[in-house]
Amino acid sequence: MSARVRVVAFARVADLVGREAELPIAAGARVRDAWECLVARAPALGALAASTRTARNGRVVDFDEPLADGDELALLPPVGGG
Amino acid sequence: MAERASSASVTLAGRSALRRYSRHLLIPEVGLAGQERLASSRALVIGAGGLGSPALQYLAAAGVGRIGIVDDDTVDVTNLQRQTLFTTADVGSSKATVAARHLHALNPDIAIDAIAIRFDQSNARDLVRLYDLVLDCTDRFSTRYLINDACAIEGRPDVYASIFRFDGQVSVFGAGGPCYRCLYPSAPPAGTVPTCAEGGVLGVLAGIVGSFQAAEALKLLLGIGEPLRGRLLLIDALGARVREVRFERDRDCALCGDEPAIRDAVLEEDDEPLTGDVEEIAPERLDDALRDAVLLDVREPHEAVLGSVDGAIAMPATQLEARMHELDSARRYVVACRVGAKSLWAVRRLRDAGFTRLQHLRGGLLAYAAQRADFDFF
Repeated sequence: MSARVRVVAFARVADLVGREAELPIAAGARVRDAWECLVARAPALGALAASTRTARNGRVVDFDEPLADGDELALLPPVGGG
Repeated sequence: MAERASSASVTLAGRSALRRYSRHLLIPEVGLAGQERLASSRALVIGAGGLGSPALQYLAAAGVGRIGIVDDDTVDVTNLQRQTLFTTADVGSSKATVAARHLHALNPDIAIDAIAIRFDQSNARDLVRLYDLVLDCTDRFSTRYLINDACAIEGRPDVYASIFRFDGQVSVFGAGGPCYRCLYPSAPPAGTVPTCAEGGVLGVLAGIVGSFQAAEALKLLLGIGEPLRGRLLLIDALGARVREVRFERDRDCALCGDEPAIRDAVLEEDDEPLTGDVEEIAPERLDDALRDAVLLDVREPHEAVLGSVDGAIAMPATQLEARMHELDSARRYVVACRVGAKSLWAVRRLRDAGFTRLQHLRGGLLAYAAQRADFDFF
């Protein structure tokens, strides 16, 4: 049984990958690995890599943050409308 | 803002004021002392649009003593789907002026400053300094960073909100907590994050999120509750879910980090989308170009209902891969979308597939429509 994270996406990222998704992760995987796995599914996501922040279990973290089985990974692109 | 006022002053002693604010006076956390605080408070609302409409109405109704409204725009009919401060009769008039008039009618006891100018680096710090806090209700990233920087430098809280389609964000920057740059260090590359004009927004979302923003502003002015400091509230109207994530001061933040590089509030212009080696055509030259070229319209079907150009081939960007074999690589194509971002992508994709006679329409069909009075397009 492989480890999995639950992805919750917002705004433009949700348009590209859906609001919620389950993602299998390898041992030692980091946020960056999960992100790249999603980019493989939705290539247009690549353009948002520089501006999207990620949160692990409700806390904003960098792309090199390690992930563990059962984590919730939130993908937070910038939102500018008013 | 930590100390509560100890006694009521004369300004709210009148019976009409007591009646107007009676539902506030009944809340222990507000009461007469809190209402007095609001009466002596000053809030600056930058942007009288979707977020500004509810925020301004609730701040005025709540009796915030002085409210500044900065907006250099005029009311457009496309605003009315969500900007409930305006009526159909206001189309074409100054937003700041009209908003001030409506708010004065709502509450004649407060002072309203209608500031019908663009918030820019020449006035940012001077304006921010005149008020106790700022509400960022703008719709462009460059202005959001300017507000964040001016607020941090002048020591004013930046009550932030933003919206797109069904999603909203709310937070409080500064005021002893991290800033916008700690969360998003710099503006996203142009063309990667669509605006509401490009991608749309559910009208009522502006009401939900702008009202949340007003609640945060009132809490800060009253010194009550737990402000969204170091917390980003995420509102998903489609799923009817509200979540939050926590963030901390970034030690590498260019504004409030250990070695700050930003010492003044300077506007960083939004860059144009990078055209690189893609040949572009100006909107005013499109009619000429179409004498020997075909317009390839890569907007999605739901965008195309807003108007289209006669003789264009409709091929949504999402279908481009599957349908590009229908095109003739010997022909010349002008590729167009709504605002000129997707068309750039489509030109590059077609070029990779062997097409050579390609141009993209700068600014998209919106820019084309802007210089043709007979072309109705929003």
